[in-house]
Formats: sequence, structure tokens, C-alpha cells
Amino acid sequence: MGTGGVAAGGSEVMDAFKKQLGRKGIRADVKKHCSMHRVGCRGLCARDVLVDVISNDRKTTYQYIRPEMVEKIVTEHIIGGKPVQDWVVSEDYHKFHDKQIKVVLSDCGIVDPEDIDSYISVGGYEALKKVLSTMTPTDIIDIIKKSGLRGRGGAGFPTGVKWEICNKEVSPQKYIICNADEGDPGAFMDRSVIEGNPHAVIEGMIIGAYAIGADKGYVYIRAEYPLAVERLENALKQARANNFLGKKILGKNFSFDIKIKLGAGAFVCGEETALIASIEGQRGMPRAKPPFPVYKGLWGKPTVINNVETLANVPYIVRKGADWYASFGTEKSKGTKVFALTGKIRNSGLIEVPMGIPLREIIYDIGGGIENNKKFKAVQTGGPSGGCITADMLDIKVDFESLASVGSIVGSGGMVVLDENDCMVNIAKFFLQFTQSESCGKCVPCRIGTKRLLEILDRITSGKGREGDIGLLEDLAGDIKATSLCGLGQTAPNPILSTIKYFRDEYESHITKKKCPAGVCRDLLSYMVLAEFCKGCGMCKKVCPAGAITGERKETHKIDPDLCVKCGACFEACKFKAIGKG
Amino acid sequence: MEKILEKICTDYEKHEGNIISLLQNIQNEFGYIPEGAVIWFSRKLDIPASRFFGIVTFYAQFHLTPRGKNIITTCCGTACHVKGSERLITGLLKELSLPEGESTTPDKEFTLERVNCVGACSIAPVVIINDKVHGKMSADNLMKEIKKLKEAGIEK
Repeated sequence: MGTGGVAAGGSEVMDAFKKQLGRKGIRADVKKHCSMHRVGCRGLCARDVLVDVISNDRKTTYQYIRPEMVEKIVTEHIIGGKPVQDWVVSEDYHKFHDKQIKVVLSDCGIVDPEDIDSYISVGGYEALKKVLSTMTPTDIIDIIKKSGLRGRGGAGFPTGVKWEICNKEVSPQKYIICNADEGDPGAFMDRSVIEGNPHAVIEGMIIGAYAIGADKGYVYIRAEYPLAVERLENALKQARANNFLGKKILGKNFSFDIKIKLGAGAFVCGEETALIASIEGQRGMPRAKPPFPVYKGLWGKPTVINNVETLANVPYIVRKGADWYASFGTEKSKGTKVFALTGKIRNSGLIEVPMGIPLREIIYDIGGGIENNKKFKAVQTGGPSGGCITADMLDIKVDFESLASVGSIVGSGGMVVLDENDCMVNIAKFFLQFTQSESCGKCVPCRIGTKRLLEILDRITSGKGREGDIGLLEDLAGDIKATSLCGLGQTAPNPILSTIKYFRDEYESHITKKKCPAGVCRDLLSYMVLAEFCKGCGMCKKVCPAGAITGERKETHKIDPDLCVKCGACFEACKFKAIGKG
Repeated sequence: MEKILEKICTDYEKHEGNIISLLQNIQNEFGYIPEGAVIWFSRKLDIPASRFFGIVTFYAQFHLTPRGKNIITTCCGTACHVKGSERLITGLLKELSLPEGESTTPDKEFTLERVNCVGACSIAPVVIINDKVHGKMSADNLMKEIKKLKEAGIEK
């Protein structure tokens, strides 16, 4: 039960089970075999609510469960011993899982995120015990360096190297910060990890603190993630009660504690110097680097900032060894990466795959292909800082280097799948609206440059594009990339450059023919009634907010183009597909 | 009001003097940041009011005007965008007859807000109605929810 599962009714289904089991009077005697657990996100959110029933050591997984279906499961399966076949997950549920390798998510969906003992029972906090009793900070840094772990927040900086630099800084006070300000639209890996297994993040942070010599840590988390915040707070309390946090941890001469800082809704605060400013209580504006935070960070002290997923990898690497971790992935990108697979894809959800997996396997094997049998157009990776990958590049390997070579990035791990009905110019405009409104305003190229880019895109999508606009976009984009202060501005033009590179014809069609090939840009559309399909039912006339549709019952209707506001209401309301657009 | 502000002030001194946390506490108490509260703290702590307003206007979370009884938040993340969140917003603007540029209805019943991403992309498009997350939202269902809230408002 992550945010998705709860929204889909996870709590209601759990209550229904409690009620049914209670009513049938079997709760006491079946509890050992059939105790009820609450687990975090298990990935395939599109099929929520998912329920596991383990009876006589055989696990059956049900999909799309609603509270009213619970009674039948209890009577037929738990009491009767016969699973309700119609509701059992289909074969592609297993296909969804088969090509994945789970490290960070290995215990998500297995452990109860609100119970520390559940995490301990699967080996949790063993890495911490091992570290504190047998290892020096240098030993840990060596393991992390050898494992090849790179920052999972987007930039991919080697984690071990970052820790090493901070470890060597001499200072009476150092900090470790967990960056949980997951702001990329279309990404929810960090939220799911914290909601599903918060203790792994905490354990990773404690080990990191020991490695660099910090005694204070912060988790900077978005206020938009209330469930994650609640589970994290609860987990911190439990960790303190078990002396994994606090003074003299596990009796050793090492003290460390973690505080939660709530973000206040500014995307730029995911940038590390802006994040530091925000924790200090100021406007979250980035500053020039160097000095890097490892030398001069929070309140001027050496500070390591790691992403949620990076930290959650640490306990597993320490427990299972650097070689084990490095056995996954490619030469330069080791290990696994969690992606949020969303958009026009059949199995949308959270996946974890080895670095270097071909994109085709993610889309077609794990993702199950495109929704509604539409044609695949592109995958947008890396959110507002990234770019798109087209159909003829489907065999590309998904790792830091390969994606960079085609003008996109791994980024924090959002993958939004687009189909033939998506307009690439509109997608570029969407991201520019985002970066333009999230620009902090400190440096001119980003503040004014993104505004100008957006204005040009606006006029292209509203049919006022001019010849030479594409060149102008490219020029301006280059300047903004070269001269912006922080990552936000330096990467903001990427969605434009990437869509121009691969979908130049769509831009040209908007500018010269004043047509949107995908039928998305409202100002370039016109709606008409297709006489051969129209039954004269009057549905379109009823929903039209502008009174633009006329026609007698059982006769072909007509749309007056002068009155039409192009809202698309008739297009959606018509049951006979008799409204055309183009 | 004075009493509440005094209490927030004590917390502020306890918690390393962080203005963002202070403003978050004010908003938790009042539902928005009243100008009077900022002036009060500015005098009390000898911090220019402009510093407070600088922070309030920087972060999307803070509001300088009172919000409606019902808060409708539409997610505008990438996945929600490609699944039609824009159409939901157009529908809401019409249904709530919101004046141009306003986010709260004149009768203070509804506030319409947009959020960049709530991280529930696999059930896009997402609308949050009074803290409850609704996934796979259609224009029809959304209007039904709004009507329910409107009726509940009239009954009261």
C-alpha cells in the first residue's frame, strides 16, 4: 500500500478482510498462516489493489480487488481452499517481474513499512552492526567505491568518491543530507522507496554518516508526500527506540541522529546548494560552485548530499559485498536502477532493472507494450532536464553513457511513454512551462531565456509560428545551456533540443502548414461532424458549451466553426465516432 | 491571534530559528499566511518583513489569501498531462465558475490548485479532493464529486 494503493482503496480492502475473517470466526485459528500484513508499493500500480493470499505455503496474487470482492475470496479460497481463478493475476503479471532485478526494491512490498521488526527479520540493520563492529570508515568507502555505486538522483557522481572527499575534510561538524525532494514530474521512485521500506534509507544514512564522520543528518522531503513523511517519522522513532540512532549507537563510540525537513514546494530545491539554503530557512536559490558542499555545505560545514535511492542501496551492498553489486550493470554504470514507468503504457508502475538493459525489454516485456494497441512514438526520460528516445532507437541500452549519447539522460528515473496521439511540440512546451515557472530567478539566462523559449513555443502551437523559429529556438537553447548558473537552467532547453532533433517535421508542420499532426494543439484543430457516422442522437449538441452545434433529431448535425471553442467535449461525448478532428 | 503567535514564537526559538518552519506553523494554524502575522513577527524578531514575504512568495506551498472550504488539487505532472489533466482543469474552471486569474470562488467554498506532481503517475490523471487522492479521474466522475461537495455545502 503506497500512495497509489491507498488511493485505489487499499485500506478499504484491508478493512474488508479484517471484517470478513472476524465474522466467519476463523481469525484466531488461521492467523498463523494468514496473518495480515500491510506492505509498501510492489510495482505494478496499474493493477491496484493487489492482494496476496498465502495458504498452505502457496502464494496466490489477486489483482484489481475491491472491498466487495473480499467475501468471496475468504469463503472460497481461505476456507474452501480453492483460489478464485478469475481474479488471479494474469501471466503478464509474472512477465512484469521476470526481467527485473530488485536490490533497492527487494524488500519493498515484502516488509511492513511501519514495523521495524519486519525489516530486521529480513536482515535489516545487519549491515549497520557489521559496520560498527568490524569496519573503519575507510573500509566502507572502499566497498562503496568498489561497488561502482553512482548517485541515483540524476548526475551519477560516484558515491564512494564523494564520501571519501568529505571524510578527508577536517572539521568538528559535518552533515549528511538525504535528498528526498523528488520534484521531476513523472517520477516517484523515492516516494515509493520511503513508503515501502523507510528503514533501508535510514540504515544507509547511518552508515554514510559513520563513513564521513557526521553526527547530524537531515532528510529534506517534499510536503506533497504526506504518507512518506508519516512513515519516515514513524521509522525514525522506532530506530531511536532500538538505539540505531541517538547517543552511542549499539554501545559503540558513535552518535548520530536524523531530522526531517519539509520542503515547501520549489522544484529548484532538488539542486544541492538550493536545498542547503532551504534547510537554513532562506529562499531556495542555488549559488555558484565551487566550493562544493562536501567542502562547504550546510552552515558552511562539509556536507554530503545523497539521493534516497543511492542511500537505500548502501545496506545491501555492505551486506552482500561490492562484487555482488558490481556484477549487475555495465562497465561504467554498475548495479540496478529504479524507474517510474508511466504514460501510455499497459503496465505502468515502478520497476527496477539492471543498468544496460535494452529499452525494448522495458517497454514491451516489462511494460507489456502500448496501451490500447496504439503505435509507440517515444519515451521521455529524465523529466524536464531530459530528452526523448524514438522508435528506431528502441534497442539502446539504458545506462548513464548510452542515454547521454542520444541527447537524453537517466536522470532521476522517470520514463513517460508517448504514443501516436501525443504532440512532441506540446510535450516540449509542457516542460518549458514547468522549468519557466520553477526558475528561481537568480540568473538572467534561465529567468529570461526560458521565458523567451516558452513564448516562441506558445506562438508555434497557436498557429502563429514564423519561419526561422526553429533556428531561433536552437540558438537560444545553446546560450541558456552554456551560461545558466545551476542544473535547472543548464538542462531546461534539453526537451526542446531533443524534440527538434528527432521530430523536426512536427515543428515544421505547426509553423508552415499550421497543422498539429497528432491533433493536440487546440488552436490548430477544427472539429467537424462526419455525416456517414452521425445518427442524429443529439449528444454532441447537449454537451457543447458554446452552442455551436445545430441539427434536428435523427438528422446529421453540424458544427459552426465560428462559434466552436474547440474544447473537444463533442468528440468525447459521441458514441458513434462521428466527430472528426484535424 | 496574539496567543497563537506567541506559541509559534516559542517553538521558533526552540527550533534553530528557521523562518520556513515558522511560516509553515503559521499556515497550519490559520490556513494561510495573514499579513498581520508577518508584521507581528517582523517587529517581534526584528527581521525585515520583506524577508518573510520573499520566502512566502518563493515557495508554492505558502498562500497569502484565505483558501476555500474545499481544496481541489489537480496534478499537472507529465503522466497526468498526457492523460488529459488539462481537460479536467478546463472542466473545473467552468463548473466552479472561477473568475479569471482567481483560484478561490467568491463564496470561499472551493479553491482550485495545481501541483507539479504528486508521484502517483501510474494512476494518472490524479485529482486530490480535500486530501483524498483520486486516480484515473474522468471529467464525468470529477463533476459528480464536485456536485456532491456543492450539495453538502448547501445542506449546511
